[in-house]
Amino acid sequence: MTQEPNIEAITVDQLRDKVRVLREQGMRLVQISATRLPDEVELTYSFDLNDCLSNLRLVLPGEDTVLPSISEIFGCAILYENEIHDLFNVRVDGLTVDFKGNLYSTSVKYPFGSTKSPCATPEPAPAANP
Amino acid sequence: MSRTVIPFGPQHPVLPEPVHLDLVVEDEKVIEARPSIGFIHRGLEKLVEKKDYVEFVYVAERVCGICSFIHGQTYCQAIETIMDVKVPPRALYLRTVWGELSRIHSHLLWLGLMADAMGFESLFMHSWRVREKILNIIEATTGGRVIFGSCKIGGVRRDIEADAITRILKEIDEIEKDMRGITKVFLDDHSVKARLCGVGVLSKQDAYDLGCVGPMLRASGVSQDMRRLGYAAFSDIPVEPITRTEGDSYARCAVRCEELFQSVRIIRTALAKIPGGEIAIKVTGNPNGETITRTEQPRGEVIYHIKANATKNLQRFRVRTPTFANLPAMLSILPGCDLADVPVIVLTIDPCISCTER
Amino acid sequence: MSYFSMSKLALKWVFTTPATTSYPFEPRIEIDGSRGWLVFTDDDCVYCNVCAKKCPTGALQVIRAEKTVTLDRLSCITCGCCVEVCPKDSLKLSSGHGTPQVTKGRESYQRKEG
Repeated sequence: MTQEPNIEAITVDQLRDKVRVLREQGMRLVQISATRLPDEVELTYSFDLNDCLSNLRLVLPGEDTVLPSISEIFGCAILYENEIHDLFNVRVDGLTVDFKGNLYSTSVKYPFGSTKSPCATPEPAPAANP
Repeated sequence: MSRTVIPFGPQHPVLPEPVHLDLVVEDEKVIEARPSIGFIHRGLEKLVEKKDYVEFVYVAERVCGICSFIHGQTYCQAIETIMDVKVPPRALYLRTVWGELSRIHSHLLWLGLMADAMGFESLFMHSWRVREKILNIIEATTGGRVIFGSCKIGGVRRDIEADAITRILKEIDEIEKDMRGITKVFLDDHSVKARLCGVGVLSKQDAYDLGCVGPMLRASGVSQDMRRLGYAAFSDIPVEPITRTEGDSYARCAVRCEELFQSVRIIRTALAKIPGGEIAIKVTGNPNGETITRTEQPRGEVIYHIKANATKNLQRFRVRTPTFANLPAMLSILPGCDLADVPVIVLTIDPCISCTER
Repeated sequence: MSYFSMSKLALKWVFTTPATTSYPFEPRIEIDGSRGWLVFTDDDCVYCNVCAKKCPTGALQVIRAEKTVTLDRLSCITCGCCVEVCPKDSLKLSSGHGTPQVTKGRESYQRKEG
C-alpha cells in the first residue's frame, strides 16, 4: 500500500529551479493538483521515479500572484496548468500552449474561484421529512 | 501547398466519447492537431461539498463507465489509508478479482473499437460477443453489468460463494479459448498488420518525457505497472509488466492482447488462494488527513489526491486519470501521419474522455 | 503473417445459432442476483425512516404521518443500501426490469390496513 506522501514545501520563486533539478534526475511529472483554501490556493506537484513519489507543495497567497509555468521543462504540464487557470482563476505565466480560458467551458467561470462563489450546481437532495 | 483544416469529432463514428480535433492537413498528410476538450465536463470534483464521504463512493464509481470498478476501489483505498482501516484479506482478494475482470472487459471493448476503426466489423462483433460473457459473470456476482456498486469503505458489499467460484473458473476456461481465437486474428492477420504496423511510433525517451502511462508507455519499452506497488492482493500475487520495444500501434495492440491472458492467470491464482473470513469491517468517524493513492487502471496509472479535515465532507478530491496523461502523447504522434490513420491513432491511446474531464 | 485468418471463425459461426437473443420475440435471460429494480414487500414497514436517510440520491422518502413511502424511480440507482439497512426486510431488489416510465413522478406505497 502507499506510504505517507513525502511533501516538500517550497516558495513560488524556487519552483522552476527545483523542477529543473528533478528533471535532470530523470523524474517524470505525474500530476499538478490545486486546492482552494479560504485565502489562498495550495498547489501540489507530484513527480515519480521508479514507483517512488515525491511531491512539492507551494502556496499562492492572494489573487494576484502569478504562477510561473513549468511547461518549458515538462511539456505535458500545459494541460494541468490550463485546467488550474480555468477552474481556480490562477494566472499562469509562460505557457507554451495557452488555451486562454477555453479548455473547459463551464456555466460559471472559475467554479473553484473562491469559497463563496455561487455555483451552478443543482439543489441538494430533498430532506427526508418534508 | 495550401493547407486545409478538417474538424474531427466530437461526433464521429469511431469515437466512443466526444473529443474535438482540428486537423491541419496538407494534401492528406496531417501537419498539426489542435485539441479541444471540455464537452462532458460534469464538475464531479466540486460534488464533495454536497455528498458526504460514505456516499461519495457512488459518485467516484460513476466518473467513468468502462473503468468504473477501479475508480471506486481507489477511492476506498485512499479513505482507508487516511483512516488507517485494515481491510480483511478476503475483501482484498475479491477486489482484485473484480478489478481484473474489469480489465479484461475494458481491453475486449478496446479491441472491438480498434477493429471498428479499421473497418473490420466482424472482428468487432466477435470481441464484444466474448465481452458479453464477462459481463454476465460480473452481473451474477455484483449485480450490475457496468457500474458494479460492490466496493465500500472497509471492504466489499457482496461475497462470491464457493460454487460460484467453480462456475466462474469453468467459464473463464471457455472465455480464454475464445480470446485466443480473436487475438490470433489481431496479431497475425495481414490486413490488420498493414493498418497498424509503423503507425504512430513513439520512442522510449519521448514516451517517458511526455508523461505517458499504461500500455502506451509499456509498448515503447518502459517497464512500469502500478500493480507492483502491492495494493489489494498484489502483494501476494506478483505481476510482471508486459513490454514491447517497437512503440507503434501494433505494439500497443499486442501489449493489450497479452494483458488479457495475464489477467486470466491472475484471476485463477486469486480464486485459488482466496482466504476465508469476513468481507467488510465497520468504519465509524470522519477522516482527517491527506493521501495520494495510485492504482493501475486498464488505461494506465490513476492517481487520487484526497484531503480531509475531520468533517463528513472531504475538503478536496482530485483525480488524475490516465487518458489525461496520454493526451499530450497523442498530440505529438499525430503530425506526419495520413488522414486515414487518424482514427487508429486516436483510438490507440484508449481514450476515455469522460474520465479525463470528470 | 497469415491471410484470411478470420475465415475459420467466420465459417464456424455460419453453422452455429446466433449469440444474440431476438428480444422481445424471445424472453430475456435474467441473471440471478442482478440489481434490477426495487420492490416493496408490503405489510412489514414500520416507517422508521432509516432507508430514506441512507439513500444516496434522495430517491426514497417516508411520510410517517400518512403512512406512505414514495420512490422516484428515475433517481434510484439500485445501489441496495436501503435493502441492507431495513430492520424489517420490507425492501427487495429483484432482477429484471421494471416498466418504462413516460412521466416524471414519484410512486407511492401504503401499507394495506388489514
